[in-house]
Amino acid sequence: MFSKHREIFKFLSLVLVVLITPLLVHEGYLLNVLIFVGIHTILSLALNLLLGYAGQISLGQAGFFGLGAYISGILTTTHAINPWIAMLAAATIVTTLAFFVGFPILKLKGHYLAMATLGLGIIIYIVFNEAVDRTGGPSGLSGIPNLSIAGYTFNTDLKNYYLIWTFTLVAMGLSLNLVHSRIGRALRAIHDSEVAARVMGVNARVLKVQIFALSAGLSAIAGSLYAHTMTFIAPASFGFNFSVELVTMVIIGGLASIYGSLLGAALLTVLPEMLRAFQDYDIIVYGLLLVLMTMFMPGGLVKGIPELFTSIRARATRKVKTDA
Amino acid sequence: MELSDQIAQYLVSGLSTGAIYALIGIGFAIIYNSTEIINFAQGELVMLGGMFTIFYLNTLHLPLPLAILLAVASTTAAGLIFERLTIRPLKSPTPLALIIITIGGSILIRGITMMIGGKDTHALPAFSGSEPILIGSATILPQHLWIFALTAVAITLNKLFFQYTITGKAMRACAVNRRAAGLVGIDVKKMVFFSFAISSSLGALAGIIVAPLTMTSYDVGIMLGLKGFCAAIIGGLSGGVGTVLGGLLLGVLESLGAGLISSGYKDAIAFIILLLILFLRPQGLFTKAQTERV
Repeated sequence: MFSKHREIFKFLSLVLVVLITPLLVHEGYLLNVLIFVGIHTILSLALNLLLGYAGQISLGQAGFFGLGAYISGILTTTHAINPWIAMLAAATIVTTLAFFVGFPILKLKGHYLAMATLGLGIIIYIVFNEAVDRTGGPSGLSGIPNLSIAGYTFNTDLKNYYLIWTFTLVAMGLSLNLVHSRIGRALRAIHDSEVAARVMGVNARVLKVQIFALSAGLSAIAGSLYAHTMTFIAPASFGFNFSVELVTMVIIGGLASIYGSLLGAALLTVLPEMLRAFQDYDIIVYGLLLVLMTMFMPGGLVKGIPELFTSIRARATRKVKTDA
Repeated sequence: MELSDQIAQYLVSGLSTGAIYALIGIGFAIIYNSTEIINFAQGELVMLGGMFTIFYLNTLHLPLPLAILLAVASTTAAGLIFERLTIRPLKSPTPLALIIITIGGSILIRGITMMIGGKDTHALPAFSGSEPILIGSATILPQHLWIFALTAVAITLNKLFFQYTITGKAMRACAVNRRAAGLVGIDVKKMVFFSFAISSSLGALAGIIVAPLTMTSYDVGIMLGLKGFCAAIIGGLSGGVGTVLGGLLLGVLESLGAGLISSGYKDAIAFIILLLILFLRPQGLFTKAQTERV
């Protein structure tokens, strides 16, 4: 079960790894990949809170990510607002929006919920493309300023690495805290049986909406970070395919596992870089991974690998016994 | 052209795309009713219909009618293989697992099609020329007539099958209550297999008859599939008239919206309708609330 010291030790080791990695990785390209791992971890974490813990699917996460990026991008370029305030605005607007949309959407279950969130994501995506005079349309929005603190601007890969990973670690820490709290237990109760959770006094309806809003807000922060790090955004990054990619990260890493989100995000960010030679065919790999993981390792890598070891060991001991 | 003429024109094209949505939607409904699965790969089967026809026609140089028949058969086979390899072996078929596995499958089908067939957009020749026919003030293409006729035939055959054949009745029994159907000796797994066969072939047909009008490529399946689903939702996931009306309504609204309001937001219309229906009338527009469709 959850032992507090072990959990803290695990988290601090991760912080240490994050801190020293840039000493070993100097190359700009690799740092850039790691920056993306950080952003994707926040996103898959946000989805995992909803999908893994509360058991509610969203196929529209890329839309919230995009909204965060565009609100930040438009406020800082067109209206010359400070990037930090823009990020705060993005998070607030998207969280509020998701909260109000959440009530009718989360009344739906299963396939209906999947289709509704998918529809929402696609509507947002279409707006990015069509509201040309605000978003720049399909060709995107450029010249988004970097974040800065008191004259110190995050304008190199190394600075951005530390910036993004600070956010990622804070998000992970807060999520760990959340899922081990009363709320986390309530969420898991909803996952197992909403009716039972309600009977036990969990306000399932409101809690689902709250976690949906939190998930959207966290995705918006990731979007804002993305916009200020890349300084350029275009609708293509926020389409349906990316929503599916995020679901893949969560499934591969492990549903209802905070570290699984990190693992899934890392794998699915690094893998395409290695599959560069195949160009567009990486999407086939996603499809195959989704199908195979659902069939053979529904708990994701975080649970699947230890299970694999135990079953191998069990088989080995059985073999020893029969041999003797 | 006057506004009323324009509207007549939008109605014609709207009704024909609506017929396509209806065919795809019925495919969704048939599988849902026998398995409670929303097959997210339905759209890819529509795409496969068009792409297989292109393949038989352009690469193997078969005559068009033969190419179409073979394409429907190939797509049906693909749908059945899909069911066998992904859905049936699933150990714990929770809704979440089914959503994810059918999405994974759809990505796979799309990717493989792209790998083999390339990313080009293909046009299928119209079935009987493209000389527009003047009806009143609106013009109608022969292909529109083909779409109306073939959709009507497919839907009628479908209705007759479910109403009068013993297999059709057995499938309806599964839709009402799978366990009870199993108890009276109906082979439920076989019925699931049949429902995938029927909905794959309906999807393929939709993909083929629309291809001369809108062109086809490896990625047309997503939108067509989603809009077919939207039609089915408007129709309350019925395998019959409701979904047909849903499809036609969606097609007409989309066409009017694109023509009169903004063509850029055309695709958004379907999803806004989808969300409104799911929020306000999840049981569909034409059915009384009875079963909880959630």
